[in-house]
Amino acid sequence: MSMDINWLKYSSPQAFYPLAGRLIPWFACVAVVLMGVGLYMGFFVAPTDFQQGEAYRIIFVHVPAAWMSMFLYVVMAVWAGIGMGLNARLSFMMAQAIAPTGAMFTFLALLTGAMWGKPTWGAWWVWDARLTSELILLFQYAGVMLLRTSIDDVRRADRASAVFALVGVVNVPIIYFSVQWWNTLHQGASVSMATGSKMASTMLTAMLLMTLAFWLYSIAVILARVRCVMIERESLPVWNEKPIVIQETVEAR
Amino acid sequence: MQWGSASEFFAMGGYGLYVWTSFVATALCMGWEVLALWRRRAAARAEQHAALLGGTDETTA
Repeated sequence: MSMDINWLKYSSPQAFYPLAGRLIPWFACVAVVLMGVGLYMGFFVAPTDFQQGEAYRIIFVHVPAAWMSMFLYVVMAVWAGIGMGLNARLSFMMAQAIAPTGAMFTFLALLTGAMWGKPTWGAWWVWDARLTSELILLFQYAGVMLLRTSIDDVRRADRASAVFALVGVVNVPIIYFSVQWWNTLHQGASVSMATGSKMASTMLTAMLLMTLAFWLYSIAVILARVRCVMIERESLPVWNEKPIVIQETVEAR
Repeated sequence: MQWGSASEFFAMGGYGLYVWTSFVATALCMGWEVLALWRRRAAARAEQHAALLGGTDETTA
């Protein structure tokens, strides 16, 4: 194949750093556009819900945030696993870069959930299986990040937080299936692989657009963060400097 | 479209507080994350420049 790309090439930080830099603006721009369209559809096209009135519109941030919180945890655990298996620096850096964004979406899922729970259930918070397991996910993200900052040696910090992340991945299916396994106050899935969607098509479209926007936003910020991590970790990464700076460096020595 | 006026839109059928808190909090978190990354990048690059062009370079000490 003539279009064959050597993907392995990009597994080195030196090659990945400029590639990520070129990709970030694209992901960010598409995310902003999709968010604009998604918000427009969510507020001006999607109809009022016959049961929940306008309160249901929280779904357009709540569900995308909750999906991202679980999805990013799994992706973080996969990178941590690859890092452990192949002893790959970049994989650990990816896992490190994902954690704060995942934690942020978990926090937002809980906060917007409280905002939805109060008018529909009459309570900001209940200790049901869905909410409790999502709160545990927030603690898991916090654990992964705290473990990293509390260990000075980078290699040991990488491995410790990777093990913690991998063990905790069992909570993700628990969160996802909690509404089926237990009798929860939290409503069941609005969208499911088996039964399709129970929502009006414009509501569903708006929600999916917002999800895609959050997904692309996450890719953009995670790539930006992994670039920061690369600079912070490499003691003298001359490779990402402009030629003029490298020349100045050489002349200065 | 279901909104007769701007005030009707902001009232969100009486759920305005909950709906707008959710959306504003999400926007603030995302904005804060982008800003924090911007600053982190600037700080990392400043440190890198300082290390590259002499200054406080531990490797030569």
